[in-house]
Order: sequence, then structure tokens, then C-alpha cells
Amino acid sequence: MEFDVSAMFNALPELAKGARLTLLITFSGLLGGLVIGAVAGTARAYGNRLVNAIAMLYIEVIRGTPIVVQVMFIYFAMPVLLDMRIDALSSAIVAIMINAGAYIAEIVRGALLSIGRGHIEAGKALGITRVQLFKDIIGPLAFRRLVPPLGNQVIISLKDTSLFIVIGVAELTRQGQEVMASSFRAVEIWTTVALIYLAMTLSLTLLLRLLERRMKIL
Amino acid sequence: MSMVEFDQVTKAFGANVVLEDLNVSIDKGEIVVIVGPSGSGKSTMLRCINALERITTGALWVDGKNVADPTTRIREVRQEAGMVFQQFNLFPHMTALENIAYGVRRVRRKSKADAEEVARGLLEKVGLADRGHHYPDELSGGQAQRVAIARALAINPDLMLFDEPTSALDPELRHEVLKVMRDVAEAGMTMIVVTHEMSFARDVGTRLLFMDNGRIALDGDPRELMREPPIPRFAEFLAHIQ
Repeated sequence: MEFDVSAMFNALPELAKGARLTLLITFSGLLGGLVIGAVAGTARAYGNRLVNAIAMLYIEVIRGTPIVVQVMFIYFAMPVLLDMRIDALSSAIVAIMINAGAYIAEIVRGALLSIGRGHIEAGKALGITRVQLFKDIIGPLAFRRLVPPLGNQVIISLKDTSLFIVIGVAELTRQGQEVMASSFRAVEIWTTVALIYLAMTLSLTLLLRLLERRMKIL
Repeated sequence: MSMVEFDQVTKAFGANVVLEDLNVSIDKGEIVVIVGPSGSGKSTMLRCINALERITTGALWVDGKNVADPTTRIREVRQEAGMVFQQFNLFPHMTALENIAYGVRRVRRKSKADAEEVARGLLEKVGLADRGHHYPDELSGGQAQRVAIARALAINPDLMLFDEPTSALDPELRHEVLKVMRDVAEAGMTMIVVTHEMSFARDVGTRLLFMDNGRIALDGDPRELMREPPIPRFAEFLAHIQ
């Protein structure tokens, strides 16, 4: 078989559209995931028994079920239960949100609990308020420990969006399949798709390294 | 009026009684050195004063406020009782200068410029005028502990608490911390110091408490007690530590 480079170029416009959607799903999903994760992680670390239990239930349900099942549930089952329409793109974003949120919650919890008791006591001993303690001491220290595992989660979530092919949202993998169906150049198309994913994840890795270097990880 | 008064204070962690019926009154200007075997309750006693540990029963008056009273604002007590920890506990994401200025800004509500001026003055006092822009991990243990003392002094407390301030330091670094503590004492600060440094107790202390099994076994003048230990337990302790 002959490797046809022009087939790669011909596919690019359609694949680029897919890549844009992949990035949109990943980042809007992660934005929500960060909020959910921060709340659930803080609840796990400092919450009373009730909020801790609620947060734990959420985390265990999400971590214990496949993301494909989660997105199918949101796209096909939720509309039946709630009697409303949810389009594929929104379903995809919500799926990343609640899925990444659960993993980020555990990252946040770990980062918060890793702050040494000594630093917290030093803050308390100065007579600062709880809010100041959280904002000035615990928060900044926890954030530094959050960055490496959070970067990991960003890459995982980005790749997870390829699974949303099952609900027909036109992200990169889905676009690859569409182009393939008309051109039949499997090797060229899937090579290009893989390279685009790789370009996105490697850029993220690079960005993360820069961030880590700028910020002393303590 | 006394600066710190323990009135029938008991502290227990679960079934484990760490402090038992403690009664002691400490006046303004005293340099009280607390010694005793490990597990005797001396650190716990110190940590009760600024409510890092809450007492189980009794009353504990600090600067006129009872820390056992739920209506007492604990933050106000802590703002008048500076604390120095065994492990320094400097904020690792702040420079030496920022560590010292932080409390001044937050607790005393000074502007950034004013707080840094206070911090610079204190850095000079502890002999680290050239270390202001270094982060804690760039300081030696002795330097870090001197910054920690400056941080506690910066908010201008009425009382200073030292929890084994030299125990984590190499022997050759201890004297620089002890010298700073001596300077603080000479400036008239009320100090309560948990330590194993018997020379500090003898030379700087105005009063010595010997703790044993959660009780104050001895209370008196450090020089006299050390010259002629009145009880065998204290004699044993001294022999052990030297």
C-alpha cells in the first residue's frame, strides 16, 4: 500500500473542526470540573460527616462507572427521566464536568491534607482568621501541589472526549471516522488524528512544565 | 495582675490525662523555663496557653481572658501570645521578609510598606538584614528559627511562647538562636520557654518549672534548684540531660 500524504492534507479542514470541538468540550468541561472538584475536595478534607458522605458518594459513583456509561446516561436516560432534550455537545461537556470533578476532588483533598500541621498552626498562632488562613496559607500551598496531578487530569479528560463518538458529537475522533467513511484512507486519517491528539497533549505538557518551573513546587 | 494563670487545669486526650490539676501563675516580665522528661506535658501546657490545645477542665487566664470561656475570642489571645515552634514552621511560599511582615499586615492591619519596615527592623535585630529576600528553604536551621522569632515578635505580643526552639538544630547553630532569645528577654518580654537548654534556664530564666507526669513537680529559682536539686527526680533528670 502507498502512503498518500495528500489524503492527510485533504482531511485536515474537517479534522481541525473536530479538534476545535474536542478542545471546547475539554476546557469548558474542566472549568466546571474544577469548581465541582474544589467544592467536593474541600468537603472531603474539612467537611462534617454529612457533606463528607455526600462528596464521597459522588466520587465513588463516578469513579466506579465508565465514562461511556456516564455520557450515555446523560444523553439518553436523563431526557427520559427529566422530560427534556439535552443535545450531544452539552451532554459531552456535562460528562467531562462530573467525571473530571470526581477525580479533581480527590486531587484537591490530597493537596489540602498534605499541608503540614505546623504551617497551619503557625498561621493560627498569629491570630489570623480562618478565611485568611485558607486564602493566604493553605490555599497557595495546596495549589502548588495541585498543579502536577491536575495537569495529568487535563490530559486524561482531553483523551476521554474521544469516547463521545458514541453519542455522535463531532469531536476529533468522530470527524476522523466521518472522513474515513468517504475517503477510505484508514492509515493516513488515523495517523493524522493521532498526531493532532499528540500535538494537543504535548502542548499541554509543555505548558504545565513552564507553570511548574515558574512556581516553586513546595 | 498575672499574665498567665492556670487554675485547676486538666488536659486529657481521650483517656490519656496529660495535664493534671495544674495551678500556676506567671507575672509580667518573668522568664519561665519549663523542663522535664519527654511526655511530661510541658509542650501541651505551652500549647494550651494560645489554645492550640483546648483545656479539658479548669480555667486558664491569658492577659485577662479565659481561654476556656467559649465567649473569649481566641484570635485576640493568640495575637498577644507569639509562638516559636520546634520546627520553625515558616511559611514556605513567602520570603523571610514576607513571613515577618505577614502578621503585621493581617493582624495589626498595617500597610504593606509599614509592615515591611517593621520586618526589616526585626531582621536586623536578629542579625539577618541581608537574608530578607531568601525563602525558608534557602536558610539554615538557625537562620530560619531567628526569622520565626522575628515573625512572632513582629505583631508586638505581650507574651512569647517558645516550644523547644533549639531542639531541631545542630549544636553549633543553637547559640545564635539562644542569643536572640537572650536579647528578647533583656528587652523585658514575658517569656515561657519549653527547652532542654539548662544553661539558658540558669543564665536567663527567672523561674524554673520542672514537669513530671503532667504535674508541676518543682517551681522555683533556676540557679538554686539546679545547685541543690530538692527532689531525686529532678537530680536524675539533670544528670540525664547533661
